[in-house]
Amino acid sequence: MVAQEAHGSSGHGAPQGFIRKYVFSLDHKVIGLQYYFLALTAVFVGMFLSLLMRIHLIWPTAVLPLVGDIKPETYLSLLTMHGTIMVFFVLTTAPQSGFGNYFLPIQIGAPDMAFPVLNMLSFWTTFVAFIVIIAAFFVTGGAPLHGWTGYAPLSALKNSGPGEQLGADLWITSIAIFCLASLMGALNFITTILDLRAKGMTLMRMPLTCWAWFVTAILGLLAFGVLLSAGILLLLDRNLGTSFYIPLVVVNGQVMGHKGGSPLLWQHLFWFFGHPEVYIAILPGMGVASQLLSTFSRKPIFGYKAMVYAIMSIGILGFVVWGHHMFMSGMSPYSAFAFSIMTMCIGVPSAIKTFNWLGTIYKGRVRFQTPMLYAIGFVSLFVSGGLSGPFLAQPVLDIPLHDTYFVVGHFHLIMGVAAIFGMFAGTYYWFPKMFGRMMNETWGRVHFFITLAGTYAIFMPMHYLGMAGQTRRYSQFTEVAYQTKLIPLQTFITFAAIITISAQVIFVINLFWSMFKGPKASDNPWEATTLEWTTATPPPHDNFGGVTPVVNHGPYEYSVPGAPKDYVMQTDPVTVTTH
Amino acid sequence: MGLALLAIIWVITLVSTYFFAAKTWWLPHGASASAPWIDGQFALTYALMGVVFLAAQLSLGYLVWKYRDRPGAKPVEYSHGNTRLEIIWTALTAVLFIGLNLMGGRVWAAERFAPAQPNAVPVEVTAMQFAWYFRYPGADGKYGPTSPKLVDPSSGNEAAIGLEPSDPASKDDVVTGTMYLPVNRQVDLTLKAEDVIHSFFVPSFRFKQDAVPGLAIKMHFTPTEIGEYELACAELCGLGHYKMHGVVHVVSQEDFDKWLAAREAEKQ
Repeated sequence: MVAQEAHGSSGHGAPQGFIRKYVFSLDHKVIGLQYYFLALTAVFVGMFLSLLMRIHLIWPTAVLPLVGDIKPETYLSLLTMHGTIMVFFVLTTAPQSGFGNYFLPIQIGAPDMAFPVLNMLSFWTTFVAFIVIIAAFFVTGGAPLHGWTGYAPLSALKNSGPGEQLGADLWITSIAIFCLASLMGALNFITTILDLRAKGMTLMRMPLTCWAWFVTAILGLLAFGVLLSAGILLLLDRNLGTSFYIPLVVVNGQVMGHKGGSPLLWQHLFWFFGHPEVYIAILPGMGVASQLLSTFSRKPIFGYKAMVYAIMSIGILGFVVWGHHMFMSGMSPYSAFAFSIMTMCIGVPSAIKTFNWLGTIYKGRVRFQTPMLYAIGFVSLFVSGGLSGPFLAQPVLDIPLHDTYFVVGHFHLIMGVAAIFGMFAGTYYWFPKMFGRMMNETWGRVHFFITLAGTYAIFMPMHYLGMAGQTRRYSQFTEVAYQTKLIPLQTFITFAAIITISAQVIFVINLFWSMFKGPKASDNPWEATTLEWTTATPPPHDNFGGVTPVVNHGPYEYSVPGAPKDYVMQTDPVTVTTH
Repeated sequence: MGLALLAIIWVITLVSTYFFAAKTWWLPHGASASAPWIDGQFALTYALMGVVFLAAQLSLGYLVWKYRDRPGAKPVEYSHGNTRLEIIWTALTAVLFIGLNLMGGRVWAAERFAPAQPNAVPVEVTAMQFAWYFRYPGADGKYGPTSPKLVDPSSGNEAAIGLEPSDPASKDDVVTGTMYLPVNRQVDLTLKAEDVIHSFFVPSFRFKQDAVPGLAIKMHFTPTEIGEYELACAELCGLGHYKMHGVVHVVSQEDFDKWLAAREAEKQ
């Protein structure tokens, strides 16, 4: 594939007027920020829901302001909405659509995304999806209680519980709309990377962030289509009397008019999307961590090619492991072998990445600015969350651990908090470029240390709970004797959660205060090498002010022998030999 | 800052490892034939992953401190990596992960690929919002037919699963809300669900299997110790999920026969 020369301009002039500039904008930078702030809103909604859940688990009779008292079904609605909002509107939205939209075109030297109108449309479609899911809280019966995985027939029958009426319809409609938006976004990302790279920006000179966004977009294109179809079938089952997922069932003595459907079909379709989704959430974080570890260690990334191949193999293997969510589902026990082996295989490229991150720090000169702290935290969380994977990937160990807090601890560390650390790293790192000012370092550090210790205090004990057999999605632990003994550990987790969630206020204040009052940032405050640091801060409408960048070097040329500075920018003329 | 990072990463790592190693919270006491195998595989996996966890976290903490930027620090070594190391690392991880997996496969196969032994005690489990029912086929060894139209959860037991009372095979079927099992005898389990998916989870037996509406899932396991063991629903099934539990009584063969005879008598 030959890198093409980018167009000289974005194809659309700088917009005039508030609406065209900030609301229905075609500029990928504005759209990136819109996605970012949508995700920021969503993350606070999601976090608030988790806070209510933690409070209810420990003080079940507490009557809370705004919320009232929490019933068992309310608890299940909270966990459903927490999971759905976090996975779709935070983990999928900020790292890929937010940062990707803003920085992908700039990092490859393009004036905008390939299809600016489609880009605007995909943001506003996502926005509609968010409104629809929030609406589910306010309809009769409230939000659905079937969990973010929405297993049929619980999710397919209107009388299986409170929240399963209109709330569940809104839930699945929101997801379907989100899928449409993500398909548009994925198409745009892939086209942009293949067609709009600047002269000299070969694929193997792209920053690893771009590789991550590229592979994530391919995953999104292949996965969201399946979820969209699965969601439409679920809507048909719920409203038009079809039986895709519902066999002959009797709910509370009432024979339902369905027969012949397969509850396992939903699980296959859902996880065919659901597992790649895990990588959609985490790959951009891996890209950011790679970028930052190299930049702040002042050393080229260890094994660039291995990193690229690792991202690609994670992308490919990510599509053949979905069955590891279904070892206990009644699926053929023979197929468990195949899924299990493939799952163990996907651990290998993940391990390579960890090794290379450590190799990047080794013999470097590490600078501890806040973005780097978060990148280091990302590696730590990725290791911790990753190593519980080989337990769950073995069907025989999944028997005691499946659907326990062990799983909750595992996926929160790796796809939840590690991905969030990727976003924090990205925020602290790119903030100066986006807003032209620096964030406060001291408060950044305070925020980092509380958040790192806090997340471990929340999620590490969940592994212990899971080993002891504590089942997830229980609104109370008072009914089962062996589970009652574990309540003290649950109490500890709740206190850790209250502290950690409160500490996020530091971040929000730092973010908004620095936006207006932070010290002015130079064009390249971190002395980094990639293209976004060659242009003005914040970047002009067409990103490079009419200039078309020409790339002469790889993305991570730090401490090159013979170079005048300790970094060689990608656009620097060829005066020193780099690799 | 380097030292603070080293400290926090090391403390988190060592404290986490301590609670694993001290087994402060651990798998509950195992009381089935497969429990020792599963626990063995768990311990092996735990030991190997524990070593990797310690090595990775401790070296992360050490490296960021050792190579911190400071006046007089050694110049950075300009390097793009090392292919040989890369290959060694990949091969080692592949062998470790896939080897572990193959070892565990044996246990999985023993429980699931072979049919139950001929002398196994047959029990059918029916799950519904939010109760468990256990059916024993009686002297004829045959489960009587059930019909969805007859299902009446409020009446409990036979009526709850919709047993056809008129069928001869149904006559000696016993349906109860508590599960009794004879010790050291294989259980030939059939799992069914009336409404939504539930999951039959007895932590002490290291046994879990979803009960799926529309399917009759056959499984087998062998309890090995007399006692009472808690059964919990492990698949989200609705608002009463958290209280959908039960007790499995593992008793001697004589006590089991006596209990079953008493249930038969009650039914007549």
